[in-house]
Amino acid sequence: MTDIPAKAAIPSASSGSLLLTLMKARTFIALIAVLVFFSIAAPNFLSTANLILMSKHVALNAFLAMGMTFVIITGGIDLSVGSIVGLCGMVAGYLVLNGIDLQIGYTIYFNVVEIALITLAVGILIGAVNGLLITRLNVAPFIATLGVLYVARGLALLSSDGRTFPNLVGKPELGTTGFGFLGAGRLLGLPVAIWILILVALAAAYLAKYTPLGRHIFAVGGNERASRISGVRVNTVKMFVYMFSGFCAAIVGLIISSELMASHPATGESFELNAIAAAVLGGTSMSGGRGTIGGTIVGAFVIGILSDGLVMMGVSSFWQMVIKGLVIIVAVVVDQAQRRLQSRVTLMQMAKAG
Amino acid sequence: MSDHDVILKLEDVSKVYSGTVAVKRANFEVRKGAVNVLVGENGAGKSTLMKIIAGVERPTAGRILLEGEEVSFSSSADAVNRGIGMVFQELNLFGNLTVAENIFATREITNRFRKIDRKQQERRAAQFLERLQAGIRPDMLVEDLRIGQQQLVEIAKAVSLDARILIMDEPTSALSSAEVEILFKVIADLKARGVAIVYISHRLEELIRIGDYITVLRDGQITGQEEMRNVDTRWIVRQMIGSDAKDFAKADGHVPGEEIFRTHDICLPRATGGLAVDHVSLSLRAGEILGIYGLMGAGRSELFDCIMGRHGQATGAIFISGKQVKERDTTRRIRRGLALIPEDRQREGLVSILSVASNLTLASLSRFVRLFHIRGGPERQAVVQMVRELAIKVADPAQEVSSLSGGNQQKVVIGKALLTGPKVLLMDEPSRGIDVGAKADVFRTMRKLSRDGLGILFATSDLDEVMALSDRIAVMSNGKLTGMFDRAEATEAALVAASALGHGPVPHTEYTAHD
Repeated sequence: MTDIPAKAAIPSASSGSLLLTLMKARTFIALIAVLVFFSIAAPNFLSTANLILMSKHVALNAFLAMGMTFVIITGGIDLSVGSIVGLCGMVAGYLVLNGIDLQIGYTIYFNVVEIALITLAVGILIGAVNGLLITRLNVAPFIATLGVLYVARGLALLSSDGRTFPNLVGKPELGTTGFGFLGAGRLLGLPVAIWILILVALAAAYLAKYTPLGRHIFAVGGNERASRISGVRVNTVKMFVYMFSGFCAAIVGLIISSELMASHPATGESFELNAIAAAVLGGTSMSGGRGTIGGTIVGAFVIGILSDGLVMMGVSSFWQMVIKGLVIIVAVVVDQAQRRLQSRVTLMQMAKAG
Repeated sequence: MSDHDVILKLEDVSKVYSGTVAVKRANFEVRKGAVNVLVGENGAGKSTLMKIIAGVERPTAGRILLEGEEVSFSSSADAVNRGIGMVFQELNLFGNLTVAENIFATREITNRFRKIDRKQQERRAAQFLERLQAGIRPDMLVEDLRIGQQQLVEIAKAVSLDARILIMDEPTSALSSAEVEILFKVIADLKARGVAIVYISHRLEELIRIGDYITVLRDGQITGQEEMRNVDTRWIVRQMIGSDAKDFAKADGHVPGEEIFRTHDICLPRATGGLAVDHVSLSLRAGEILGIYGLMGAGRSELFDCIMGRHGQATGAIFISGKQVKERDTTRRIRRGLALIPEDRQREGLVSILSVASNLTLASLSRFVRLFHIRGGPERQAVVQMVRELAIKVADPAQEVSSLSGGNQQKVVIGKALLTGPKVLLMDEPSRGIDVGAKADVFRTMRKLSRDGLGILFATSDLDEVMALSDRIAVMSNGKLTGMFDRAEATEAALVAASALGHGPVPHTEYTAHD
């Protein structure tokens, strides 16, 4: 038994662990690589204006990817986030323009803060529907969220008959002005959206690492049965991750309609795929149990910088798709190689320890 | 010593898994036209040895000689081609396919256009099923059959291979007594045709009835090989257990206290009808170890599951210190002081990709939480203390738990349960699949816990263990409690007899005759 590790391709444990360290940092290395590459290849890439613009693009995907990360860690998937973005944008737009007609001659108008809170609640609610379908009715996550994807998109289109809610400036006398702050406002030189991203990301990372709920998310993804027997409330954990994903999607819906000062019902189509890509690129394992918020954010940056940089270089969008796909595939292949190497290094350490 | 030729021979075969040695330098002969019996306790290495013969596993060291010629099987298909068939202990059937499709899986009968000839398959399958007289039609879906019938399909499948060597791993574990008789007829038939049969079972009475040669395994080593006509149950048990008594921690003579736990009329309906747990009422005192002995499928694990609140459809009541536990979910039952150490470590005990530390504190995180923050200091302290107390061999608690040996993994599962501060500990086969040293540690821990006033219910199918560790012994069979003995009055014979109640036509007198 002892001669098996000796035959392995790696000459010694130390060089094995060096390679392992490099592989573990692969997303980060990829990030530095794309940054360096585009700052040389694309003029103006490193200008402050461009960096801020790019970070706004990245932020949208990063929100969705964070929600997606928790979902994937529990062993699920959330395909409905793109539709939730669209629907939540429409909810916000509708409330700014029309308020709620009480059918008795009165119409309630909400101020912008209230609108934001209601929109977030709608996102969380749709997440809860996902969660209930999955935990109570035992629908597979893929199917449940696929169904909700269509329902939410349909509702978004129905809300305006497919039209855009334009010009969401609001009326001062109704207190509905200021909706543009989320998308266009700045604090200390940084866009508000970035501040929100930093806030949510720190909270999510904290949650993952230092709270029982975070531990339970990983445990459920690692072994659901064992978690149940250990007293983990598996259904509660799953409800949470889908609701959190809905919450993140609602934020994105708000930011996009605030940026454009308009809500379009088709907003967010195929966003779920970008979110999954960022999570996977960041080291989240589709089989559950593994992943980090930090990795996902870096993954979102790699994807975002890659597509923006390619646009600046004038690469056609068709080629962009090919390149993005290849990057994802390579990331997963390296991920698998790392797992194998990891277990080999562990075995070697065990053999050394006797 | 025999009149049967050796067809297959294992020479000095060893099999090592990461962390454990499953089979140690085994020499094993399989004879033609005879039933070669293999016995041993759980985890003795029987199944591993059989998987090596069937080509499922490759030996780490040693040679396999088939009719004098050295062979090495690259896969089970390879072994099948050389005439070795196996009936697995875990059913290896496709529930979504028909009986005929299962029997001919990977050997489909096709017509000229490479299309599967369903009629032909069903006709041939019907011939095999005919011999088993089980009323199974070849076009039935396997998932619609009872477990016993599924096992017969598995047997029909193995017989249809026309194997020269047929391995049967616990083929009767789910069969009714009538079905067992049919199986024995089939075996006699195969024997007459010169097939070598390797037969594994826990049921000693069966072995003695149909076996021609017997081989006993203990802790991965072969401890005895004899012709069946020269041996009796006593000999078998002695070889299985060994003269070197296991290291059971000694009882310290403390007196159990008040009743700490009681179950009342616990029932659990089986999906296929009947009751998996049948009106079980028992009571446990503080500081007492109550062993629950029974064969596979006796309902011990199911009883534990009911107590932990894992089955919504279970009925009955449980009481802790005289107060009824009304909570029905596992989370709150753990909080009330119940903890389970499940039988299947990998599937139910551990989250294998998490660290040793995270696994240890998984069930007791609320102890370390202030508001919603896990305080690292107290958590680390608890982990370090548990690692030391249970003598878990791990360099760094941040290591993945899957890198540990079986025994240390089991200690992690026990540590996880203990950190919840239980009053009653349910242990399901706590010594299964772990090495001798770790077993001794586990037993010592059980003793210590009972001295500290915990009530321990532990289920085992190991006679030795239940006799050595228990203050009282309950016996289960077919979901029912069929016996309750004080340690002083319990005999192996009485336990075995009680564990076979309701299990068919076995004459129990055979056992009592020995003691």
